[in-house]
Amino acid sequence: MDAFKDVSRRQFFRASAGGAASLVIGFYLPARSILAMAQETAAPAPAKLPSPNAFLRIGADESVTVLLAHSEMGQGIWTTLPILIAEELECDWSKIRVEHAPAAPAYFHTAFGIQMTGGSTSTWSEFDRYRQAGALAREMLIQAAAAQWKVDPKSCRAEEGFVVCGGKKLSFGKLAAAAQKLTPPSRVELKTSKEWKRIGKPTRRLDSREKVTGRAEFGLDVRFPGLMTAVVARAPVFGGKVKSFRAEKAKATPGVKAVVQVPSGVAVVAEHFWAAKVGRDALEIEWDLGPGSELDTEKMREDFRALSQKPGLKAAAAGDVETAMRGAGTKIEAEYELPYLAHATMEPLNCTVKPGRDGCEIWTGTQFQTGDQAAAASVFGLETEQVKIHTTFLGGGFGRRATPSSHFVVEAAHVAKSAGMPVKVVWTREDDMRGGYYRPMWMHRLNAGLGGDGLPIAWRQTIVGQSILEGTPFAKMMIKEGVDETSVEGAADSPYLKAIPNHWIGLHSPRPGIPVLWWRSVGHSHTGFVVESFVDELAGAAKLDPLEYRRRLLKDHPRHLGVLNLAAEKAGWGNPLPQGTFRGIAVHESFGSFVAQVAEVSVEKNRIRVHRVVCAVDCGICVNPSGVAAQMESGVVFGLTAALYGEVRFKEGRVQQSNFHDYPLLRLHEMPRVETHIVASSEKSGGIGETGVPPIAPAVANAVFAATGKRIRRLPLRLA
Amino acid sequence: MKLIVNGKEHEVMTPGETPLLWVLRDFLGLTGTKYGCGMAQCGACTVHIDDQAVRSCVLPVGAVAGRSVTTIEGLSSAELHPVQRAWIETDVVQCGYCQPGQIMAAAALLKVKAKPSDADIDAALCGNLCRCGTYQRIRAAVRRASEIAGA
Ligand code: FES
Ligand code: FES
Repeated sequence: MDAFKDVSRRQFFRASAGGAASLVIGFYLPARSILAMAQETAAPAPAKLPSPNAFLRIGADESVTVLLAHSEMGQGIWTTLPILIAEELECDWSKIRVEHAPAAPAYFHTAFGIQMTGGSTSTWSEFDRYRQAGALAREMLIQAAAAQWKVDPKSCRAEEGFVVCGGKKLSFGKLAAAAQKLTPPSRVELKTSKEWKRIGKPTRRLDSREKVTGRAEFGLDVRFPGLMTAVVARAPVFGGKVKSFRAEKAKATPGVKAVVQVPSGVAVVAEHFWAAKVGRDALEIEWDLGPGSELDTEKMREDFRALSQKPGLKAAAAGDVETAMRGAGTKIEAEYELPYLAHATMEPLNCTVKPGRDGCEIWTGTQFQTGDQAAAASVFGLETEQVKIHTTFLGGGFGRRATPSSHFVVEAAHVAKSAGMPVKVVWTREDDMRGGYYRPMWMHRLNAGLGGDGLPIAWRQTIVGQSILEGTPFAKMMIKEGVDETSVEGAADSPYLKAIPNHWIGLHSPRPGIPVLWWRSVGHSHTGFVVESFVDELAGAAKLDPLEYRRRLLKDHPRHLGVLNLAAEKAGWGNPLPQGTFRGIAVHESFGSFVAQVAEVSVEKNRIRVHRVVCAVDCGICVNPSGVAAQMESGVVFGLTAALYGEVRFKEGRVQQSNFHDYPLLRLHEMPRVETHIVASSEKSGGIGETGVPPIAPAVANAVFAATGKRIRRLPLRLA
Repeated sequence: MKLIVNGKEHEVMTPGETPLLWVLRDFLGLTGTKYGCGMAQCGACTVHIDDQAVRSCVLPVGAVAGRSVTTIEGLSSAELHPVQRAWIETDVVQCGYCQPGQIMAAAALLKVKAKPSDADIDAALCGNLCRCGTYQRIRAAVRRASEIAGA
């Protein structure tokens, strides 16, 4: 995590992204590659203080408006960043308002140099900037008051929305205009952690009221006079193209205004959604399918299996695996598999584009403002600054709304441009489910050899699956010698390897042509399951308790051990459980945080039920414990949905799943009791939005093994 | 045809087979009711018809002509409904997209069962999906809403 400190002040990874627009790129980087980057580059530029105007506005009405550089998609950043500002500003919390910032360089990610939300990075990357913005504004308000009172600013202090000096008192709202005219100080002191009043205290969300009254505006809710709705017919297989189409019936649908062809298909533009959808379904299109129509899940599994027999490209290696394996007393081989998965955000994809003479406006729930802005500009032949992005609330993101190709924004821009009117492109649930950009399918082949003490002396792991970054602007810096770091994170840098003198992690990245994307916890979503299941297998082979076995392997990893022991203790590991209930445990580090989970599971008639999950998390400094607990609960549900149900399959190139009847999500009556315990820590904050996901599938699979003696090595978990 | 939504009468010009959801959202501008699946699988579109929770995405508008429709916008007037208050207190929401549907389902439950059991809550809300996984807090909030309403 130290590596983060070195780079977080700099903007790096400048690359040009075609056309006049210069796009600064960079995204979630595994610690290892950040470290490499930091070592390769010269001394960091001195830290620049943020311009407070970009991050907050104080109104004459006493309101304090915080502008968010990141998108609120459920993770709670709408509340976290105001906490950071308020901690230093000393404002009245009830006067806080929050807005998404416009797309502009002032809001570029402090580490990655583009405006984006992802990789569980928002809290740690903004920890200084938002506190500094609050502190700068506070100092300016104090100066304004001191000037008015003709006293030394040092004799004044800020308190609950007022500047106070002896018996004198002026509100922030009354001082705002005068403070605005001052030059921000060139340095500010931030509070020490002992002085914090808000950071670390449970804080309720600031977006609840608008979300429980239905007033919160999501992309799908955008309305203005003259706005049309479009539904697009896209090829039934990936890579397919329109050969020809007839639109008579579509045009005859009442309410339909236009039918336009765009690069991704044919769009029906109508006065409202229902007309657009009925019109779209009435289109008669002949497709040029191309090779995409040959995709078949079973065939792909065979191909992946064949690849997994070959070593692949080196992702990590030490010692001599072959020799060590020959000398091992016990040898274990296993094959693990995970399917393609859809993000299935509750709000289907959508994007509103209003073309205009001097520029265009876009309303959408996006995690990738800078890329989307540049991509839309190039569709219209505009300068980047001429594209105005209004970020709405996101009805779930999970990575799906962070697309390096900006495909859903580009498509909407094409539709609006061709139709010559403002258009909201809406994806139906089926469109969204079948639209690709999935978590890749993965196959892992593992071999381990145990020494006399039962601990592994050799470990070989060959990973097969599509690269997420290949073909994107991120490839250049995050694919090293053919190895996409997001394919092997959580495996190639596993702490277990440090205790295994001979190991090899290999990677194959086949190219079946399916659009893939980061899916909440990215590579950790498969490596966490595989590594934590296989370690459990090794414990079994060594006839050791799975908790004890992990403790021995992780003895030099205090933060892993900390959460492992805390979860085990709170779950009462080793204590008897009700008849028919069994425990499984897993621990995994991702995005700078450490999470261990103990799952209590029963199996009846081959049906797996999870009753309770005890979760211990060490995320360094915890800004909002209520938010952290919410993200742990959320991660458990997300991971459990994948563990029990999630699977996208292909037949003749067609995605077999379409809606929630065949791509089920966990439901309320299946919700386990989740108990979250947060480790008190003064370490730098880690990520929280994704880190609850990786341990749950292996914890459940390990509990199912305890219950049934059956080791399930393929997700979703099926006993029959 | 005539529609009564949140106590107000509206005249809408659309074929009777148009789903109520899209009439609410696109004709009346009541966007609090959400689209999630369009096939009665997720509950995001839940509204009340004569106090009963229904899925508006599969309900042809023609079938509700003259009946009383309540949406999330009409659930509370000056003061928030106990369910909404409980939701805020319990810090339920995440992305929030499913929550109008969850709240309408919970409010309909409390109307017929002032003190619902866990099984009642499961039965009434298992049709409402939440991809953000807020279920644990939803359960707690329904119990809290029942307390608030009973107080
Ligand atoms: S949108 Fe009606 S149940 Fe899903
Ligand atoms: S809060 Fe996001 S889907 Fe429920």
